[in-house]
Amino acid sequence: MEQRVGSVLRRHGLIIAFLVFLVGVAVNASAFLTPGNIMDVLRQVSITGLMAVGVTFVVLTGRLDLSVGSLLTLLTVIVVDQHNVVGPFPAIMMTLLAGACIGAFNGVLVGFVGLNALIVTLAMLSFLQGLVLFYSGGSNVNVENAQATWFAVFGRGTFLGLPVPVVIFLLGALIAGLVLQFTSFGRKVYGVGGNETASIFSGIDARWTVFWTYVISGLATGVAAIVMGSRVMGAQNTIGQGYELTVLAGIILGGTSLLGGSGSIWRTVIGISMLGFIQNGLLLLGFPYYVQWLVTWVIIIIAVWIDLGAKRGRIFA
Amino acid sequence: MSLTSTDIRSGSHLRIGLSWLLRNHIWVFLALTVAVFSLASPYFLTANNIGNILTQGAFIGILAIGMTMVMIDGEIDLSVGATLALASALAIGLQTHIGIWPAVFVGLLSGAALGFLNGTLVALSGMHSFIVTLGGLIGIRGLVFVYTGENALMVPDFSYTEIPEIYLGPISMTAIIFFGLAFFFQWILSSTRHGRETYAVGDNIEAAHDAGINVKRHKIINFTLCGTLAAVCGILLSMRLGTAEPNAGRIWELWTIIAVVLGGTRLQGGFGSMWMTIGGVLTLAVLRNGLRLLNTPNYVELMVMGAVLILALVLDKLLKRQEAT
Repeated sequence: MEQRVGSVLRRHGLIIAFLVFLVGVAVNASAFLTPGNIMDVLRQVSITGLMAVGVTFVVLTGRLDLSVGSLLTLLTVIVVDQHNVVGPFPAIMMTLLAGACIGAFNGVLVGFVGLNALIVTLAMLSFLQGLVLFYSGGSNVNVENAQATWFAVFGRGTFLGLPVPVVIFLLGALIAGLVLQFTSFGRKVYGVGGNETASIFSGIDARWTVFWTYVISGLATGVAAIVMGSRVMGAQNTIGQGYELTVLAGIILGGTSLLGGSGSIWRTVIGISMLGFIQNGLLLLGFPYYVQWLVTWVIIIIAVWIDLGAKRGRIFA
Repeated sequence: MSLTSTDIRSGSHLRIGLSWLLRNHIWVFLALTVAVFSLASPYFLTANNIGNILTQGAFIGILAIGMTMVMIDGEIDLSVGATLALASALAIGLQTHIGIWPAVFVGLLSGAALGFLNGTLVALSGMHSFIVTLGGLIGIRGLVFVYTGENALMVPDFSYTEIPEIYLGPISMTAIIFFGLAFFFQWILSSTRHGRETYAVGDNIEAAHDAGINVKRHKIINFTLCGTLAAVCGILLSMRLGTAEPNAGRIWELWTIIAVVLGGTRLQGGFGSMWMTIGGVLTLAVLRNGLRLLNTPNYVELMVMGAVLILALVLDKLLKRQEAT
């Protein structure tokens, strides 16, 4: 019995600690666990959540994508700006296409040329930030006649009582989860991440698998950009700055391993939602907003350490 | 790839020269950028501007020294930008309470402590340093905001900003400190036991452990050095600016990684040197300075940097393939 409690604690320690946190905040701030507030939190995490779902594919192969923050900025600027030029539907298509293309570019460099993913996407982060400024000329862009367009539905609408961003996020996560679980592509992603050499010997073309994960990451960021543009009805040149860190923090917190091969979409959804609830809870308790960064630091270290310790069977390396 | 006497006798000086150039491609690149900007702008190759470049490069450079040590170990430190912000905030904020030099000392100590914390967490937990220092990057920035309360701190007495205003010809003291530290750490890498252990750990951690190296203590030392150097950079920055902004050094960790990798040090560990890092830092500084002299908009700089970094990676890849054959 004691052993079983111990193993449950180890395996789900993070979620238990999170539940304790939720109850603790709810006791002290009555507004916390109301349906309205929960929906607000989910709406806030839906953008980073969509990106994180895409990046999870990349991380599962043992690679990284640091360029998604800059990519979100670029695509948001594109969707908002093109909305004024070619109308909402073509603008959305262009955004998704641009996201997939830039993802494909990363994918070629990492998958086929075999360059280090960290550095490639870091270079891309810088390059895309430059591209944003080149495209926008440094000024903010706004949706003209914001009242007269259906574009607002992605960020501000509701569907069956749920905010549309949340619906898109959960739907995206569901599709991604099904793809990972039930398609051969999904199994290849886990295979390449688990043991790349073995996967190549079993006939998987690791290069194409890696390539497609980056395309997915770019596409997911495109969807996130549409939600973002629609919610703000405009875009600044720094709108996505630092998002790559939040996305990674959420993925890591959920327990997906950066070494690849282990993790899942639902873990990412939980991780990124946890970050949202912690941020919201701390604000409701009256802490300044930056205290959440300290808390994020501490829980990332504790969560990953516990996870690693549980797999290893002892706490210290 | 070792040279045999027949190789040398057969007169393949050209090949040897070429392979040296390929291995130190950063210096070729630096010479090329200097040549291009000298032709493009009459203000580039003046003593004054060279001094400027060295001073501007020194800040990223000091961070890059510590990063090189950590990277040769096969680790990475993403928290240096936040650490430098904390050190500069403490060095300025504490001056009214405990005086200038004690405040500077506390700033340095904070960097060493955070580096020690990063190293200890990496060594004890076995987590990858990317995760540990990613947490640090987020959390230490939080500490800076908690301490400064979102405000920029001002020095009470502006004589503080005159401390680094010592020049050796056109070269500022900041640049001299950078080169001094770089040479010192190159000496550590090439001529001390700690240096040899750094390469050994980065090359093959298990072999290093079996050979009797205390890998954990070794990594803690290098992370502590890296944190301390970040604090040195933060304090020099606070002296130059006279203020400590809570957002100081944001994304500098990325510039630092770019400089080190551009130099040729490999993320996988076991390969690199301070010479390479000096080359990378100078190239980065020359590019930024030259593009600004040519009056190019900010975005060109960002795009060129990204393109150059990918180019450097491709070169390194080709070089490795050539070595393998």
